[in-house]
Amino acid sequence: MFGWTGTTLRVDLTKGTITREATDLELAHDYLGARGMGGKIMIDEVAPDTDALSPANKLIFSPGPLTGTFAPSAGRFEVVTKAPLNNVIAGSNSGGAFGPELKYAGYDALIIEGKAAKPVYLWIKNDEVEIRDASAVWGHTTPDTTDLVRAETDEDAKVACIGPAGEHLSPIANIMNEMHRAAGRSGVGAVMGSKNLKAIAVFGTGAVTVADPDRFKAAVMKARKLIQAHPVGGTGLKAYGTDVLVNILNQTGALPTRNYQDGYFPTADKTGGESLAAKQLVRPKGCFSCIISCGRVTKVDNPAYAGYGEGPEYESAWAFGADCGIDDLDAITKANFLCNEHGIDTISLGSTIACAMELFELGVITAKDTDGVQLTFGNVPAMVEMTRKACTGEGFGAKLAQGSYRLAESYGHPELSMTCKKQETPAYDPRGVQGIGLNYATNNRGGDHVRGYTIAIEVLQNGAVMDPRVTEGKADLDITFQNLTGALDSAGACLFSTFGIGAGELAEMLSAVTGVEYSVDEFMKIGERIWNQERLWNLKQGYTTDDDALPKRLLTEPIKTGPAKGEVNHLDKMLPEYYQLRGWDEKGVPTKAKLKELSLA
Amino acid sequence: MAKVLMIHPDKCTGCRNCELACSFEHESRFRPGASRVQAYTWEREGMSVPMMCQQCDDAACVKVCPTGAMHRSTTLANLVDWDERVCIRCKMCTVACPFGNARYDAASSSIFKCDTCQGAPECVTFCPNGALEFVDDEQQVRSRKKAYAAKFKEAFQEVS
Repeated sequence: MFGWTGTTLRVDLTKGTITREATDLELAHDYLGARGMGGKIMIDEVAPDTDALSPANKLIFSPGPLTGTFAPSAGRFEVVTKAPLNNVIAGSNSGGAFGPELKYAGYDALIIEGKAAKPVYLWIKNDEVEIRDASAVWGHTTPDTTDLVRAETDEDAKVACIGPAGEHLSPIANIMNEMHRAAGRSGVGAVMGSKNLKAIAVFGTGAVTVADPDRFKAAVMKARKLIQAHPVGGTGLKAYGTDVLVNILNQTGALPTRNYQDGYFPTADKTGGESLAAKQLVRPKGCFSCIISCGRVTKVDNPAYAGYGEGPEYESAWAFGADCGIDDLDAITKANFLCNEHGIDTISLGSTIACAMELFELGVITAKDTDGVQLTFGNVPAMVEMTRKACTGEGFGAKLAQGSYRLAESYGHPELSMTCKKQETPAYDPRGVQGIGLNYATNNRGGDHVRGYTIAIEVLQNGAVMDPRVTEGKADLDITFQNLTGALDSAGACLFSTFGIGAGELAEMLSAVTGVEYSVDEFMKIGERIWNQERLWNLKQGYTTDDDALPKRLLTEPIKTGPAKGEVNHLDKMLPEYYQLRGWDEKGVPTKAKLKELSLA
Repeated sequence: MAKVLMIHPDKCTGCRNCELACSFEHESRFRPGASRVQAYTWEREGMSVPMMCQQCDDAACVKVCPTGAMHRSTTLANLVDWDERVCIRCKMCTVACPFGNARYDAASSSIFKCDTCQGAPECVTFCPNGALEFVDDEQQVRSRKKAYAAKFKEAFQEVS
């Protein structure tokens, strides 16, 4: 057995049982691992009508077959569960070294089910697995939890944990690993909290084996060269991090500003990666097996916002920055630190604060609602204070921690929530970049950029050039990216490796590692299978074509200023073609023929 | 002229490609525990430091070895080599090394210490950040020294 370890670990927190099962390798060949395999396990084992925060939901941690090898920037894992935010299959992807450590401990996947009677953490040292009392770590921040759990287990254990936000069951709570890496979206941290599971510590001393070492090494050397020669993968991301995108998107006129009231922020440069590198950046950092090093170790000296940690990523800098009308990078970095320390999603929280700011300016909410804070756009201390409150769940923060959809709906204005399927859309304005709008609308986890990153072509011109303002060809582009990412995520690779390599290189490395021959077509077919699997789940949750939608603002209110002034998104011109190219009927339901083709029926 | 392995912690990002390359070279699989180099990361500070055998001239591991298994290589300059045929696995070398750069591995009944891949270290090939360098002794500190000299150059350029 190569690539996969062959063993899946199952922990039932209700019964306190720990069992090992053989990984179903036939399924692994068709779903790879991580997002694909985790999703398949969930669909097979969790009834669609399960309450996401009930013991019947399951929480699956799964690395991919490339995870733990030196395939460049391919050390990732996925957290899969039914999402408390919006009932979709939450697949939150994270880097660091936690995924590889699970493989070295011997596991293709860790399935957690049930609910512990009191707070516990899980300690996995190869085949010795223990459920331990976590009463002493409950309530602590993610860095403190990591240190405390390590002190009780092994100083080099890799720790994934929730912070106070996950304990409070915030539907935008995340799971942090190695203090700074986040499985960020869809509220996976709340599921962990609902199970009374504070942390998972892993220490592994085993190996990941390779079917054809010589072929693999040759494929890796080729892939490395391609990434290192790429202007983004090779140099840009290490120099400036993902936050380099601030100026690029602003120059495109697609930097959502003040809760998407505009698509251009005149002082955005102050919040970009170049500014971060000049001031807050201490040094770049890489995840396991990464040759790109987009991670940012950062420090804020300004006493008002002092702190030390990592980030912000572009989407976080946007959410607390332009989207809140704020250009103070010290404050943005501080908000990002607070989110990581308390385990809450930066994109969703920043966008929720922006939504609250608009509610405040419209007079829908007042200082009475916001604990006396003048929550206006551009109010820097207010943004940081609201972030802190959401992190700890105090006062108005408890409402913010519910995400923008629940917040805006509770005040009778759901249209002010910039969400798709109740999840906040990230930092690319669909009015200035048409294809990303189609991706938001059709994305299986709702507002999301990473699973259909058309920005790579529409804005960054990575390998091809397409006008961001046109709708022609975007359905096909979206589908290609969505399918590619489905397979790439499931292999354990990082999306950023596509700044240099594509399906060809990934399929070749995968074939050499596993000994299963994957052609480019088969690799892409796996991605398509995973996409359709997720779609079928969403249909069972009651989502229909009406939910393949964008916030009304993006369709009817043109961007007011900047290079994309006057633009709206033309989703209606792209969606029917998207369904057709996907092999779905006019209501967005996969046809029998398509499901048969994908071995899903 | 002899080549030396230089470590630049300031350039290390903690990706551990060195560990992966090392274990792959020695075992054709990925087992960081089998790596002769370890990159340790302090997560709070976001700082990583690679550690490996520095091939001491006056090596404690060679001194304490009762069989001569740990010896200075006669074929490669600046290499403390380990001869598995002569070694009795007494592990005195692992006790003696003050840096912790030699360890005993029960699974493979081996002493793990850097053998520079016999003069072509894979960790250096795979380090994406130049944090590991295999350089002639004469140029051992050139990159570091020159980088600092460049700062002086900038300063003097401004005042002159």
